[in-house]
Amino acid sequence: MNLMEYQGKELFKRVGIPVPRSQHCKTAQEAADFVAANPGKWVIKAQVLMGGRGKAGKIKFATDADEALKAATEIMATPMPPNRQNPAGEAINSLLVEETLDIAKEAYCAIAIDRTTKKPVFMVSKFGGMDIEDVAHDHPESIAKAFVDVAGGYWSYIGRDLAFASDLDPGFRKALPGIVGGLYELFFKYGAKLVEINPLALTADGKVIASDSKVELDDDALFKNPEFKQWQQTLPLDEDETLATAAGLGIRNFRRFPGTVGTMANGAGLAMATMDAVKNAGGEIANFLDIGGGANAERVRNCYELVMNNTDAKVFFVNIFGGITRGDEVAKGIVQALGETTSRKVPLVIRLTGTNEKEGREILAANGFTPVETMDEGAAQAVKIAAGA
Amino acid sequence: MSIYLDKNSKVIVQGITGTEGSYHTARMLAYGTNVVGGVTPGKGGQKSDHGLPVFNTVAEAVAATGATHTCIFVPPPFAADALFEAHAAGISFAVCISEGLPVHDVLRVVAATPGMQIIGPNCPGLISPGKSSIGIMPGHIFKEGDVGLISRSGTLTYEVVDLLTRAGFGQSTCVGIGGDPIIGTVFVDCLRDFANDPQTKAIVICGEIGGSDEEDAAAFIAEHLPNTPIVAFIGGRNAPPGKSLGHAGAIISGNFGTPESKIKAFQAANVPVADRPSQIPALLAEALKKKG
Repeated sequence: MNLMEYQGKELFKRVGIPVPRSQHCKTAQEAADFVAANPGKWVIKAQVLMGGRGKAGKIKFATDADEALKAATEIMATPMPPNRQNPAGEAINSLLVEETLDIAKEAYCAIAIDRTTKKPVFMVSKFGGMDIEDVAHDHPESIAKAFVDVAGGYWSYIGRDLAFASDLDPGFRKALPGIVGGLYELFFKYGAKLVEINPLALTADGKVIASDSKVELDDDALFKNPEFKQWQQTLPLDEDETLATAAGLGIRNFRRFPGTVGTMANGAGLAMATMDAVKNAGGEIANFLDIGGGANAERVRNCYELVMNNTDAKVFFVNIFGGITRGDEVAKGIVQALGETTSRKVPLVIRLTGTNEKEGREILAANGFTPVETMDEGAAQAVKIAAGA
Repeated sequence: MSIYLDKNSKVIVQGITGTEGSYHTARMLAYGTNVVGGVTPGKGGQKSDHGLPVFNTVAEAVAATGATHTCIFVPPPFAADALFEAHAAGISFAVCISEGLPVHDVLRVVAATPGMQIIGPNCPGLISPGKSSIGIMPGHIFKEGDVGLISRSGTLTYEVVDLLTRAGFGQSTCVGIGGDPIIGTVFVDCLRDFANDPQTKAIVICGEIGGSDEEDAAAFIAEHLPNTPIVAFIGGRNAPPGKSLGHAGAIISGNFGTPESKIKAFQAANVPVADRPSQIPALLAEALKKKG
C-alpha cells in the first residue's frame, strides 16, 4: 500500500524527520482560508499516488488567498492525466498547502529491502530531486549504500558514513544521522517496504527538511497498525486489482491481457508457466489467474466468472496440479460453476492431477468433461479451440 | 543420503490442531515422516487427531521427544513468533508453510536465529522421497533417486517432479524454497548442500522472474560446480514489467529480475535452460551424458 505525500509526512513527523509547515485541505476554499489566515509564501500540491505532478501542472505557488483559491481550483479542476502505469489517471481529492522552502541543495535519501543480503539498505545520493532510476543509470557511483544488521539495529555512525561516502554538501552532515535513523524507525515501526525522501532539502538558512515523501507500507503488516486502514480506503486499486478483490482473490492474483485463451492455475509459478505454455503453443493469453491454495467450489466459480465477464476468452484452460488444492474440490467447483453461472459458456480444457486426482477426474467424467493429461497437451488443445472459435 | 531430511529426522508440527496443520500432519504420517508430536498453546496434554502428543510450548515438545525439525502452520501474524520459539527451544531445521508474514518479521527472524536453517516462509516444504516429507507436497508423485530439485514455486515444483518421475528420474531431495522476497534458504544454500550429498548426481533449478537469486546461483555454479549436471527453468517469461504476478517476489522492475538476465546468467555458467517444463527431462539426460 502506497501513501500520499501528506500521509508519509505525517509518519515523518512521528519519527522526528523535519517536514515543512503545512495544512492538508479537502477543498480549494479550505486552502484559500488557510493562506488568508497564515500570510506567507505557500506551495499547493495535489495529493495523489501517481508521479509527475509538477509536469502535469498540479503543483502551484501562492502568496495570498486569491492566488491560493485560483491555484487550488485549477489543480482540482481536472484529474491527473493518464500514463502507461495508470491508464485511468487519478482523481484529485485533496491538497497539501505547504510553506515554500528556500532550497540551496537537494539530496536523495531512502531505505528499502535488499533481497540478496536479506537486510534493510539505506541509499543516499547528492543527486536529489530527480528520478532515482535515472541517477542509478547515469551516476551509479554517486549512490552510497549501507546494509543494516537488524540484530544490532541502527546507530549514528551509519548516517555519518553515508554523508561522507555520498559526498553530500557539508550542510547536510549534522542532520543526516538523525534523518536516516528516523527512516529506520519508520521502516520497522510502521512496516514500510520503501521510504524515500526525494528531495531532502538543505535550505538557504541551513536547515535540512524532507521536501517530499514516498512511503510504501507492507500490506501483510497492516494488522499491526489498524489506524492506516482509513488511508487504505482512499487509495484506488487498478481495474484488474479491483476485479480480483471482488472475486475474493489477492490483488496480485489476476491480470488481463488482450488474447483469447483464458487461463486458471493453482499457484503463481504454475499460473505463469501456464501462460508461457499457451504462448509456446502459438496462442495469446486472455489473463493470468492464480486461484491460490485451498481453492473451494465457490472460489472456482468466482474465478470462472471473473474471466468470462472481463476478457475476450474463447476457451478456458484450467491447469490444476494439486498439493494443498484438492482435485475433487476443484472438479466439484467446475461442475457447480457451469451449473449455476449466468456468465457466457465457452469450451473448457481441464488438466487435473495431484492430490485426489482420481476422485476429481471421476467427477469431471461423470459430468461430460474429459481432462487432459499434460500442460503442453492442454495448452495445444486450448489454442486450437480458440483459433477455430 | 539426502539433504536436510531423512527418515530418522524427528519432526514436530506447530499448529497441529488447526485445520491445515491437522490435515497435512496426517498426510506426512502417511508418507512415513517421523512426526513425534505437535504444539498448540493451551492444548498441552491432549492428543492430536492422529494420536500424537500435543504440547503447550516448543521447549516442552523438544524435551519430551528430542525433535530437531519443525513444520509451522500457524497464522501469519504469529509465524515469526513460532520461528523464534523454535529457535529458542533448540530446533535446528524449521519449515514455515504460512503465507503472508510481514516482511519485517522475516528480516528479524533470518538475522537472529543462528544455527537454525529455515525453509520459507510461504513455501510447500521439502521431501526426501522414500524417506520423509515436511510440508504440503503430494508424496505420490515423487520417486527416490539421484536428482536434487530446488524451486521458488509450489505447484510448478509438482509439475516438474511429475515430469521427472515419469521420465524415470527419481529425486534425492526436493526443496520448495518459497516465492517471497525474503526467505531463509536460497538457491545457493541448497546448491552447496547438494554438492556435498553423495546421493545427488544432478540438479534441477526452477526459478522465476524477480530478484537475483537465479543470477547468484549461476555465479555459484560457474565457480564451484562446473562439472555437475544442472538444468534450469525460468517461469514467468511472458509477465509484464512492473506488475507482480501472484508471488510478491515475482516482479520485473527496470532491468532487474528479467527472464533474459537469468537465462543469460545460466547459459554463461554452461547450464542449459528449458523453454518449457516438459523439456527438462531430455535436457537433464543430455547434461548427465556430458558431465555425469
